[in-house]
Amino acid sequence: MIGVWIALGIIVVLILAIVALYNGLVRLRNEVKNAWAQIDVQLKRRYDLIPNLVETVKGYAKHERETFEAVTNARTIAQKMSDAGAQARSKAEGELSSALMRLLAVAEAYPDLKANQNFLALQEELTSTENKISFARQFYNDAVLRYNNQTQMFPSSIIAGMFGFKSGEFFEVTESVQREAPKVSFS
Amino acid sequence: MWEQIRSNQWRSVVLAIAMGLVLIGVGYALGLYFADNGIIGVIFAVVLWVIMNLVALFQGDNILLSLSGARKIGPGDHPRLYNIVEEMQIAAGLEKMPDVYIIDDQALNAFAVGRDKNKAAVAVTAGLLARLNRDELQGVIAHEMAHIKNRDVLLMAVTSVMLGTIVILSWYASRMMIFGGSGGSRRDSGGGGGGQAIIMLIALALVILAPIFAQLIYFAISRKREYLADASGALFTRYPEGLASALEKIASSTQPLKSANQATAPMYIMNPFRQKGKPAADLSSTHPPISERIRILRSMGGASLTDYNKAYSQVHRGGGSILGASALAAAPKAPIKHAPNKSGFVQDDETNELQRARETSDALWRLNNYSTINCKCGTRLRVPPDFKGTSVKCPHCGTANSVA
Repeated sequence: MIGVWIALGIIVVLILAIVALYNGLVRLRNEVKNAWAQIDVQLKRRYDLIPNLVETVKGYAKHERETFEAVTNARTIAQKMSDAGAQARSKAEGELSSALMRLLAVAEAYPDLKANQNFLALQEELTSTENKISFARQFYNDAVLRYNNQTQMFPSSIIAGMFGFKSGEFFEVTESVQREAPKVSFS
Repeated sequence: MWEQIRSNQWRSVVLAIAMGLVLIGVGYALGLYFADNGIIGVIFAVVLWVIMNLVALFQGDNILLSLSGARKIGPGDHPRLYNIVEEMQIAAGLEKMPDVYIIDDQALNAFAVGRDKNKAAVAVTAGLLARLNRDELQGVIAHEMAHIKNRDVLLMAVTSVMLGTIVILSWYASRMMIFGGSGGSRRDSGGGGGGQAIIMLIALALVILAPIFAQLIYFAISRKREYLADASGALFTRYPEGLASALEKIASSTQPLKSANQATAPMYIMNPFRQKGKPAADLSSTHPPISERIRILRSMGGASLTDYNKAYSQVHRGGGSILGASALAAAPKAPIKHAPNKSGFVQDDETNELQRARETSDALWRLNNYSTINCKCGTRLRVPPDFKGTSVKCPHCGTANSVA
């Protein structure tokens, strides 16, 4: 008789353990989803800022056509990539970041522009948005790491396999693109 | 998430429980002394403690904020500060944005309040906003958000209320013992004189020593949470040098904070009552020594909790570990970023201090509902909200400007 009770006890403990591990995986996966949504919000914010920025700079630096076009094109491409996976999207966003840096490097050469209140406010907004994207990405990557650890380490890996929890993708910035020094031409 | 930070709180909880035992001990001793019944004393002590808790937890934030003369700002009032708080909210993973306040004081300091992550507030002085560049300000805000995230404010509020209760009980009890008659002597007629004397002595000893012990425990908890907030802040920004540089600037400023008092001191990022030249390991201080905090941050090899702990054991006299083992085991690896805001777009160096100061005082004028008139000689006239006249004479050129 005792044997039956012990067996039942073990089964109950096992079920509780499985439930706990499953819920843990669900929680971590949701954290990853939320973190990704946060990145999305900040990237969209950047898209919305750019037209205003380009117009303000155009008012003072009419002849920098190439720079403006580069930014606008990069923005269009990045927006098209909104539904792509993390890897593809991070490349597009990296290109947009570089184009923006070139635009602002160009703006350095126009002192009237630099004194314009509107431009200064936009600069602050843009710096902040870049930072927010960076922190959102940082938070997302940390969340992905925690989630991946849980799906890959024993014993939760068993539960992950059973219920189809897949590893997450990191949102890395293609460093080579960002580190490129912006070239300013004074022609 | 951040179970690692939560598990680290166990050490602080243990300290807080120790304080609770002191409180119960004092209550029991007093009950024995005054009413021959220890249990009544404990009940009385606990009731007093609960009442004080309710006041502190429900009104504590408002009291602190109005005591320090803080004004709440919205996103448009001071974009830089508001943006930085938003950035740190994202980095720390807080769901709701805390309220942001500016304190109209030229001293350099900041604090955070909030018993609950969803009802938190961060306050920064105008002096701080002018003197620090963006990286440094980000470091300070990160430290404050870490306090909110680690629920330090709740812990410190609870322990300070406990301390307050112990102090009040001991103070009144000692007064009654010294000046009034004791309940025991009234009751006692014949036997048991010796026993009474011993109880009297023990009660007296507890009454004198309890507040001292409680204070020491309180300060130990406070210092530990400060280290943890430094570590978490560095992890959020991935740039410990920002906070280190800010602490350096704050430490070197001699301007005292007008509104600080003993009760509110632990909430600030820098001890507003610090004295230069005080020895490093000071048991009576709510904050660890600034130079040590700066040195730890600057000797971090990376930005993770493990790196902070390693730096702490190297720098701190007596070494040891400041973060719990389970916190460290779960800590993610975090390399240091290059200066986040310097590579960015805003020209962000010391020459901008005047501009930052102007920006902040403009925000404060607006918040206090002053209107601004630009005289044609270039002077800006600030008109108070209750001004009833129709025109204002410019002190510089004498023109009468009409109040629109």
